Amino acid sequence: MPTITYIEFNGTSHSIEVENGLSVMEGAVNNNVPGIDADCGGSCACATCHVFVDDAWLAKCGTPDTQEKSMLGFAATAQENSRLACQITVTDALDGLVVRMPEAQH
Amino acid sequence: MNNEGPQAGIVIIGGGHAGGSAAAFLRQYGYKGALTLVGTEPLLPYQRPPLSKAWLKGEATAESLALRPARFYTQQNVETRLGVTATALDRAAHTVTLSDGTTLAYTKLILALGSRARPLALPGRDLGGVMELRSAADADRLQAALKPGARLAVVGGGFIGLEVTASAIALGASATVIEREARVLARVACPPLSAFVQDYHRGKGVDVRLATGVEALEGASGQVTGVRLADGGLVPCDVALIGVGALSNDALAQAAGLDCANGIVVDIAARTSDPDIYAVGDCTNRPLPMYGQMVRLESVPNAIEQAKQAAADITGRAPPMPEIPWFWSDQFDLRLQMAGLPFGATQTVLRGVPDVAGFAIFHLAPDDTVLAVEAINAPADFMAGRVLVTKQKQVAPGLLADLSSDMKTLAA
Repeated sequence: MPTITYIEFNGTSHSIEVENGLSVMEGAVNNNVPGIDADCGGSCACATCHVFVDDAWLAKCGTPDTQEKSMLGFAATAQENSRLACQITVTDALDGLVVRMPEAQH
Repeated sequence: MNNEGPQAGIVIIGGGHAGGSAAAFLRQYGYKGALTLVGTEPLLPYQRPPLSKAWLKGEATAESLALRPARFYTQQNVETRLGVTATALDRAAHTVTLSDGTTLAYTKLILALGSRARPLALPGRDLGGVMELRSAADADRLQAALKPGARLAVVGGGFIGLEVTASAIALGASATVIEREARVLARVACPPLSAFVQDYHRGKGVDVRLATGVEALEGASGQVTGVRLADGGLVPCDVALIGVGALSNDALAQAAGLDCANGIVVDIAARTSDPDIYAVGDCTNRPLPMYGQMVRLESVPNAIEQAKQAAADITGRAPPMPEIPWFWSDQFDLRLQMAGLPFGATQTVLRGVPDVAGFAIFHLAPDDTVLAVEAINAPADFMAGRVLVTKQKQVAPGLLADLSSDMKTLAA
């Protein structure tokens, strides 16, 4: 199973094995990683699973669609490497992925 | 008290989104003691929003519906007691009695009792084919009945009724929506938004009857055959869904003498009138400091926010950032997103043209403070509106209406 490393804003790191096919958001929620709320359950309606993807991994995570871009555009802490974790599907190609969390999701 | 031994810990009554989230946040926030989650339904906490949408259309699995997998509760050391209901609360003894006759002792109690479909006292209410939608079991019954060609009558043009209607059409059924008020979504949206949504449903072949009362449900051989209207007309149907709002499940709290008024009254830390009892989610009547009002919110974001409030208060952690209420709904290819509540709004500003391509409606106070936004297929306007409402920013109506205004600049 691919291992994803989630790094909280305070630096606490969680390396988690996540099944292929789940989203990066689900990997966090299923393992109680703090900082990813996912109010809407993964339908790209809330922007509460905002993460920063380490540059080396950005391309492998695919391109955000219009809906995701619109939602991210207004996240208070959005950067070039911002993604919504619910929109990134875990595959073997993402083994080793590192994502960092913003200070808050709202 | 034999059962108040070292095992007593935090007990959560209610296995929905609020209860499940409270358990997760307690562990995230470092609570290490005993934690028991009691749920009336036989299922682990799951997401209700898909029940009227993806689940009904057969596009979701039990796995995707679950909030978290079963192993989560083992790993996080959360004891689950499913298929049992709390029948009595003894505040003096700090115990809860369950429907299987057992008693649980608690140090802190979190009531996440949820809400139930508002019953409609109509003749014929007990006929087969008359349904409501609250649980996964309700959704399964509804799905089984919504075969291609089935005729669905929906009593109540709220979110649930309209979402089920859209799913029914996708499943090849036909649908009639019967709404008592002069517009759909009358409790939750502004008139122009209602007008757009009801027209959109009509364009998809839905028969929308407004300002129409319901007299009775009629049937033959114990099965519903139609909805008799107050004007004497009949809407023939094979399935009737009653979706006329929800009521707080606060009976347990009331019987125990906790302050209740349209739900269990809580403060901004989800505390009830008993210092050892918290309440979260649909069952509560909670303050919204930004609006200076008490409200009962039926939404997932509210359930999660209050779960955080309770978990933070119990574990001595700083309270979570206050959030503004927000809601979403998917109907056909429309995504509705709303943020804020338009208490005291005097100005309505339309941004864009009401069309499936996307538009938003902003609600402003007399001094131009943005109080609420309603967006359809306009996620950027929704997000901008959410920021504006959170910051309580004042924006000139002309600027909001002007599509050439950059929302990022306005929301900055």
